[in-house]
Amino acid sequence: MKPNEQSYSKSRRLKNQIKEVVTNPYNVIVVIAIVLLTYLIVFPLVDMLSTTFHLAQRDLRSVPGGVAGEFTFYYWQRLLASDLTMKLLVQPLVNSLIIGAGVSICAIALGSVLAWLMVRSDLPFKPFFSLAVIIPYMIPSWVKSQAWLSMFKTPRVGGAPGFVASIMLNMGMSPDAIETVLGPIAYGEIAVIIVLSLHYYAYTYLLVSAALNSINSELEEMGEIQGASKSLILRRITLPLVLPAMLSAVILTFSKAIGTFGTINYLGSPVNFRTLSSELYSNNRSQNTQTAFAMAILMICIASLSVFINQKLIGSRKSYATIGGKGGRSTPIGLGGWKPLITLILIVFFIVGIIMPVIILILESCMLKEGAYSLENFTLYYWIGEGNPNIMEGVPGIFKNSNFKLSLWNSLKLTFVNGVFGTIFGQMLGYICAKGRGTFHGRLVEQLVFIPYLIPSVAFGGIYLSMFSKPQTVFGVTLVPALYGTFALLTLTSVVKHLPFASRAGTSNMMQISGELEEAATIEGAGFFKRFIKIVFPLSKGGFISGFMLIFVSIMKELDLIILIMTPTTSTLPYLAFQYQNQNCPQASDCVAIVMFSIVFLVYALANIFGDADLAKSMAG
Amino acid sequence: MSKIVLTNVDKFYGKNHVLKNLNLTIEDGDFMTLLGPSGCGKTTTLRVVSGLEKPQNGFIHMDGQEIVNAAEAKFAPPSKRNLNLVFQSYALWPHMTVFDNVSFGLKIRKEPSDVIEKKVASALERMQIGEYAKRYPTELSGGQQQRVAIARAIVSEPRLLLLDEPLSNLDAKLRVDMRSELKRLHHETGTTIIYVTHDQVEALTMSTRIALYRKGELVQVAPPLELYDNPCNLYTADFIGNPSINFIKGTAKVDASGMTVDSAVGQQTYDRADMTPDAPTSGTVEVTLGLRPEQVTISKVQDDEHRVEAHVYSGMPAGSETLVTVRVGKDLVTVKELGSTHYGSDEKVFLGFNSKKVNVFETASENLIKYCV
Repeated sequence: MKPNEQSYSKSRRLKNQIKEVVTNPYNVIVVIAIVLLTYLIVFPLVDMLSTTFHLAQRDLRSVPGGVAGEFTFYYWQRLLASDLTMKLLVQPLVNSLIIGAGVSICAIALGSVLAWLMVRSDLPFKPFFSLAVIIPYMIPSWVKSQAWLSMFKTPRVGGAPGFVASIMLNMGMSPDAIETVLGPIAYGEIAVIIVLSLHYYAYTYLLVSAALNSINSELEEMGEIQGASKSLILRRITLPLVLPAMLSAVILTFSKAIGTFGTINYLGSPVNFRTLSSELYSNNRSQNTQTAFAMAILMICIASLSVFINQKLIGSRKSYATIGGKGGRSTPIGLGGWKPLITLILIVFFIVGIIMPVIILILESCMLKEGAYSLENFTLYYWIGEGNPNIMEGVPGIFKNSNFKLSLWNSLKLTFVNGVFGTIFGQMLGYICAKGRGTFHGRLVEQLVFIPYLIPSVAFGGIYLSMFSKPQTVFGVTLVPALYGTFALLTLTSVVKHLPFASRAGTSNMMQISGELEEAATIEGAGFFKRFIKIVFPLSKGGFISGFMLIFVSIMKELDLIILIMTPTTSTLPYLAFQYQNQNCPQASDCVAIVMFSIVFLVYALANIFGDADLAKSMAG
Repeated sequence: MSKIVLTNVDKFYGKNHVLKNLNLTIEDGDFMTLLGPSGCGKTTTLRVVSGLEKPQNGFIHMDGQEIVNAAEAKFAPPSKRNLNLVFQSYALWPHMTVFDNVSFGLKIRKEPSDVIEKKVASALERMQIGEYAKRYPTELSGGQQQRVAIARAIVSEPRLLLLDEPLSNLDAKLRVDMRSELKRLHHETGTTIIYVTHDQVEALTMSTRIALYRKGELVQVAPPLELYDNPCNLYTADFIGNPSINFIKGTAKVDASGMTVDSAVGQQTYDRADMTPDAPTSGTVEVTLGLRPEQVTISKVQDDEHRVEAHVYSGMPAGSETLVTVRVGKDLVTVKELGSTHYGSDEKVFLGFNSKKVNVFETASENLIKYCV
């Protein structure tokens, strides 16, 4: 009865077990994924941490008796407990937290209200509005800052005054009076918070509207039958159901806001408003790598803490949004008498918040002298001008400019290569996460992939710069040559930094494919690759395209991440715009920004028309 | 066309022990139904046989060939087991036409395209869906999708066909049609079939043998009628049969010649020959009588001295039959009567039954001690 004993053979068992692991491509892919992720994510992190504890050559003078490369607490002590702490850490930290909190509150409120109006109410012109609310996501925050400056710039900072200031000047106000009125609006925390809120509300909007979409309106109707008023239903039924989505949006917004650098540079630096990320950038720029990394680690801690709190808050509720799956019917809720007013407010909001910045940018790009709104001042020089020594030190207009062409080519190459690789890796990792739900390797991959999300962009660029500027060797064999100044480094940095998004999109995409569809193919004798090509890929095509879109859009406008890695030959459009702005030539910068925005918009529109891509779907994973 | 032997199979999901030392033999050509309430391990058994799940312990042999040997971590891949599976959800690939769905496995086996076409056409024809070959699954009704799923499973002429609750997504009328279709399929192809269901009517009408599960263990494996007539314990008796069997508590005096049972339905005496080998041989034991509703007759007059007086609790005429629940002493007894008769509440009636047909169970062990003959 019990053949166990007679046919049992330990060696055969071992042989079978090894064969099983090795011949299953899934296992091989999981192993490769874990090794690569460890190398590309965990190593840099450890490297960064250890850098902060080792004395650099250039700091030998500050540490009496120090030896270069020796273990030291010098940098941490200097950052955390010295006379410089206040200036170096506390003030920027407070500023960062103010920005983070302010932007989170404003963006969440704005995004949630818009999402509710768009999904659940009987708002008119929905197709138009739902396209319009996505546009801010496509305009980089630093372009918005640029537009903000064009609008509110005061005469003090040099250069021409902005739109509002010139009107005030024309009305006869003194520059000092303008400074008092406009100064606080034009620069500093209020400006930063408004601009970033107008940018990051898109995250909340996408996440919350996806959650709202998945709620069956019968749940709300049940409340109505029980006699609850509309506001009670909103508070007691709808809000708790979308709360998990809102909390994830808080995390996303908060960590993005404290990690942002471009906007701070534009709107903060004129009034010496500094945050951790801008400090990190300037320290990194000035070769204070150790201090910069120590700051980065602090920022990672803050981000991790916020994620931790978020998980504690959400707890087991996390899955609300997906429980309903496709929520049967959805009956719009009447706005009643408020409808015209709300519609009007929205239209004004879109004109002021979205269309106006774009128009100002376009206008400004055609002004010979910035800020002078008259017909004589009109020029297309910055677009198509041949080099004129009197303007921009003889730099020709962007379409005649080899720098621009190079940057455009680089940008397109970078976004395309990244879109393709990022999407493939993201979907593969998503596949592992989805199939490995509840297993050790599934959780491990999920955690590893999440780490880049916590590392501020500027710092991430910094780590990769220091790690890959020397050849990578193992036992004397060069695995990766020195990558400094190469396109490969740019690509690697962008792909890895965007993995959290890409793999999240991949996971949600793969979760939609029922396991039985694959099992049915297994029964028919289809191997792993056959299944992937014949079943998984065709069924997840839409998700692939959405994932591609997501990566494309965010890399096209990426500035913070690659700013430290940039060399003249690898310059991209955002970097070029940034340079023009720093050279005090906003018109050229505007031109570049407009070109970039047009590309993003075009690709988005194409993907929407032909590929049935949905940004919200890939975000909501 | 194949014989499957499962020996000492254990399956855990984490700490959850789903299959507990399962031993089951499925004979060549059997229509074996795995029956039980949800979560009892029947689908897991099917998946273990198919190769989609790997058991932690045990062996599976197919026609004498070892396909699973958990001790040596040997698990033949599903495609090497010459079987096919119909999923509860059908698992039709939505991006492929009916033809592509059905021909998928043949293409993987690299059969020549004219053979593929012939085989697919014949499988579709057999399931009477030949005209839908070019359609996509979403363009078909539930019943048609079901037929495609079965066609996909039989096109490769597997030796073993596994069906996982294939009819549970169909409406009641289609379900009855598909039942006879599957029975015909089994008859025509002679393939060994393992069929998972929680519907006892499906199990009783279609199978050659039924394996009844309880919480990961086999309770009884027997042909349908045997399972119905002589359930081995109270669990089986209660699970099989609709309306459920009536249980009446009683006391039995057992001696070498047989036993005498006293209960609310009177006194019955049984021969030792009708009793199970494991039944007690002496003493007084608490017993439970099992009385199938259709074995009880009901009369408004006491035309026989053996009839027991009862009072109507509720009557439910349903056209072809009438279900009457009556109160006998403290027990409620359901009676199934052909035709429709009206009974008033609390009406006095008289019950009769053939005492030979009664199952007797020992209350303490729950086991059958007297056969229905």
